[in-house]
Amino acid sequence: MSDFTNNFWSVFVTVVTLVSIVACLLLLWFTGKARAMTATDNTTGHVWDGDLREMNNPLPRWWAWLFVLTVIFALIYLALYPGLGNYAGTLGWTSTGQHQAELDKGNAEVAPLYAKFTAMAPEAVAADPQAMAIGERLFMNNCAQCHGSDARGSKGIPNLTDTDWLHGGAPVTIKETLIKGRMGNMPPMAAAVGSPEDVRNVAQYVLSLSGSPHDSLQAALGKPKFAVCSACHGADGKGNPALGAPNLSDDIWLHGYGETAILAMINNGKVNQMPAQADKLTEAQIHVLASYVWGFSNKGLAATK
Amino acid sequence: MPPERKVIPIRPEPLAAVVGEGAPGVNGEMISLYASHETIYPRSVSGLFSRWRWAMVVLTQLVFYGLPWLEWGQRQAVLFDLGARRFYIFGLVLYPQDFIYLTGLLVISALSLFLFTAVAGRLWCGYACPQTVYTEIFLWIEKQVEGDRSARMRRDAQPLSLVWLWRKSAKHGLWLAVALWTGFTFVGYFTPVRELGRELMQASLSAWELFWTLFYGFATYGNAGFMREQVCKHMCPYARFQSAMFDRDTLIVTYDQARGEPRGGRSRKADPEALRLGACVDCSLCVQVCPTGIDIRQGLQYECIGCGACADVCDTVMDKMGYSRGLVKYTTENAMSLGWTRAQTLHHVLRPRILVYASVLGAIVVAMLVSLSLRTPFKVDVVHDRGVAARIVGAGQIENVYRMQLMNATESAQHYKLSVKGLPGLAISSEPLVSVAATQSRWVAVRVQMAPENAVPGSHPIRFEIDSLDAEGHLSERSVFLVPQP
Repeated sequence: MSDFTNNFWSVFVTVVTLVSIVACLLLLWFTGKARAMTATDNTTGHVWDGDLREMNNPLPRWWAWLFVLTVIFALIYLALYPGLGNYAGTLGWTSTGQHQAELDKGNAEVAPLYAKFTAMAPEAVAADPQAMAIGERLFMNNCAQCHGSDARGSKGIPNLTDTDWLHGGAPVTIKETLIKGRMGNMPPMAAAVGSPEDVRNVAQYVLSLSGSPHDSLQAALGKPKFAVCSACHGADGKGNPALGAPNLSDDIWLHGYGETAILAMINNGKVNQMPAQADKLTEAQIHVLASYVWGFSNKGLAATK
Repeated sequence: MPPERKVIPIRPEPLAAVVGEGAPGVNGEMISLYASHETIYPRSVSGLFSRWRWAMVVLTQLVFYGLPWLEWGQRQAVLFDLGARRFYIFGLVLYPQDFIYLTGLLVISALSLFLFTAVAGRLWCGYACPQTVYTEIFLWIEKQVEGDRSARMRRDAQPLSLVWLWRKSAKHGLWLAVALWTGFTFVGYFTPVRELGRELMQASLSAWELFWTLFYGFATYGNAGFMREQVCKHMCPYARFQSAMFDRDTLIVTYDQARGEPRGGRSRKADPEALRLGACVDCSLCVQVCPTGIDIRQGLQYECIGCGACADVCDTVMDKMGYSRGLVKYTTENAMSLGWTRAQTLHHVLRPRILVYASVLGAIVVAMLVSLSLRTPFKVDVVHDRGVAARIVGAGQIENVYRMQLMNATESAQHYKLSVKGLPGLAISSEPLVSVAATQSRWVAVRVQMAPENAVPGSHPIRFEIDSLDAEGHLSERSVFLVPQP
């Protein structure tokens, strides 16, 4: 691809570069001589301040040859590498090519390491300090932006360290989450539940599931209305990992705690997305990363295996 | 103020006075500003200044060649581990964050240079500069193998012969050995030298180790064997600005023109006064010993590196002639022109310029030492988590997350206790005790919580307090705590 919008600039750069190089040589040639009083006192005959005169102290000639060498170097360089407008250079070097070569070299260097980890069970990878150091760097670069550098998430972004899993916490499930991503969908349920009063009662019932402070009368009234919720969250409200429906009885509130937050969820619903990582990370990287994330909630297990 | 105050040291005779107006050559001729280099064959010399120079050669090279072999505990005493970015100087472990000490060292070096130069001229050039030191070593080898100045000049003027070939080969072989050992030692400051020695024996030096050994060795060989005075005359920037530190009370190598002129050869028994001659016997030994090939009798010149070889050799000539020493001597321009005694000369060493240099130098040295002795043996950096501004946990507690880097600058594992100040009820909710392995740095996630009833939405300045449990030390690091809008 040309860096120039039209050929004029290519020619312009080439001409200016070559003329400058020749001009450097000419400059060296024309400034290499001076008038000096060699017969008498070996000064250049210049006098300042009445008595300050310039001695003729010639440089060694190799010094001038060094200058010529730089010109020769420049010409060889311009023949080998791109520099003269659109001319690509005989070596065919490009910055993108060099970048790709360095990437390939780096990948080739870590390939055996990743091959070793890929062959290991996730539980064993989670116990390997070297793999976990790699996992931490992968996490910091790819996951911490949402889940936080301590992996404890934030409102709407799951905490990965609390052993509460929306979709299940087995290594293979975590890997699936990473590869395909997840789409959590809580539909607006107000109409299905009934009147606004019914919705408030269901919210009180949901609070009662985890033993949070609630109005027991309202909760009792809300219990039958919870039937429409139980399709996903289960009759006991313990959720369903196959659907990604959260457990409502564990006092973990991904989208906010209290009646207001629960009402908002029932009335408005929510779509929450975990983006797929398959295009960003290699399979081996996802293997290490899944083991790293699994290790958060299985610290003791990883250590014993 | 004496009228000759304005006279500058380089003093060519006035042109017209020498040749007269209209004389041939008065308009000069066109010449090249480049000349082929003429080899200088410095004659070897002994004397007071020469002994000092050799003492400095031995001292500086004992330090340079010896230091990498010293051990400190389980490691090399002085090691600059660029790969791991840790710099070990005896008991000190420095991080790249300690760069200020290098800056301080460079400022101290520069000010020392100013001070020494203002007092006694180019002491650095004449006695301690690696260019001088290695040239001195190479010249010594050259003299042992090829003989002194006259023998070398004679041999170089003759056609090639087997003896010539053998002596030149021996000289270059020895030079290369010294140069390569110098390159090896240099690399030994950056890679453990004993390990490097093992690798050398097994011919398993890494590409960069080999490159720097050869590069530094080649530079030594080239500069001390071939370039010599050309480095000082044409390449060294320091040589050019030193004259700015000179004044008329600076000790320099000086020819006593009043006593020496008119110069001329004479018998030892002759009476110079009767012959109307000065003390200079015009033996030209001062020119022969000069490593930069100048004639000190023409006055102070920019090529003079202040080595004192001419003063040494002139003293031996004066001794032989039975004249008093010091025709070429270390003295100041004022002392020479005003005829001061030694005591008067030394009295003028203490002048404002010297006092200013010395006091600034002293202040920086003291500041450096104080700073080093009060140094906390660890460092901390706190970064507020970029992903999670703030979150609500449990029963409404407000939590912020920070990434904290703890850098252990000691050579044993350390335990640090973290606490936080700045808002009512603010506390660390993650593990407040952190251990960091010897000389390592570690990033940890730190969670800080506060109760919602005290929280005012916005950003609040807080301070992390970090106490070392094993070594003395306390650090305080600023950050902010974010409270979200309800």
